[in-house]
Amino acid sequence: MVQVRLFGTAREAAGASVCDLQGETVEEVLRAARVRFGDALGAVLEHSTVWVNGEPASAEHALVPSDELAVLPPVSGG
Amino acid sequence: MIWVEVSRDPLPLVDVAAWAIDPACGGLNIFCGTVRDHSDGRPGVVCLEYEAYTEQVEPRLAALAEAACSRWPGLGRVALLHRVGTLAVGEMSVVVAVSAPHRREAFEASSWCIDTLKATVPIWKREVWEGGSDWGLCTHDLTEVADLAEGP
Repeated sequence: MVQVRLFGTAREAAGASVCDLQGETVEEVLRAARVRFGDALGAVLEHSTVWVNGEPASAEHALVPSDELAVLPPVSGG
Repeated sequence: MIWVEVSRDPLPLVDVAAWAIDPACGGLNIFCGTVRDHSDGRPGVVCLEYEAYTEQVEPRLAALAEAACSRWPGLGRVALLHRVGTLAVGEMSVVVAVSAPHRREAFEASSWCIDTLKATVPIWKREVWEGGSDWGLCTHDLTEVADLAEGP
């Protein structure tokens, strides 16, 4: 299981700020997230950046169970 | 020298101003972002709710401050502080302070810092106005400071 952190519109679409999901790669975990949380989260994922342990990660990035994957929609700080 | 901080408490503007003065610098420019009472199509904003990937904010602010020091090698001090949580109209959400030998670098570097902060730091604002609440409309795809083009 990988810990998934969800922020902003992703958190709102999922109704959760953190969850544990199964997957060997970023792509697999995001697919599991779509299955669990549905199309609303799927739409947010289309426009979001993904970090693993605080660094940008590609869809093919391999994950280990201690990894933290974060879903980061477009930001609006300042 | 750099000072970066994310906090739920009011930002220590006076302390930042004192800290940012540097004997080798003749200019100190401070930018403060404050909560405005309206947004596009949203009159009567009463507060902003800032959400953050908190443990990643200070590392990103530090990368930003270090990038500014690389672009403008003469900079003395760079402070980047962001507040999170619920902020009422008039409260300060962000402080950027840059000291430099001459005013031009202080202005340019602080302007670059606030522009770049908005695209590189994982923070989101939700606007609460008299007619409802929703996420801020002015958003940026999250970018790495290292991926930005070099040069001022």
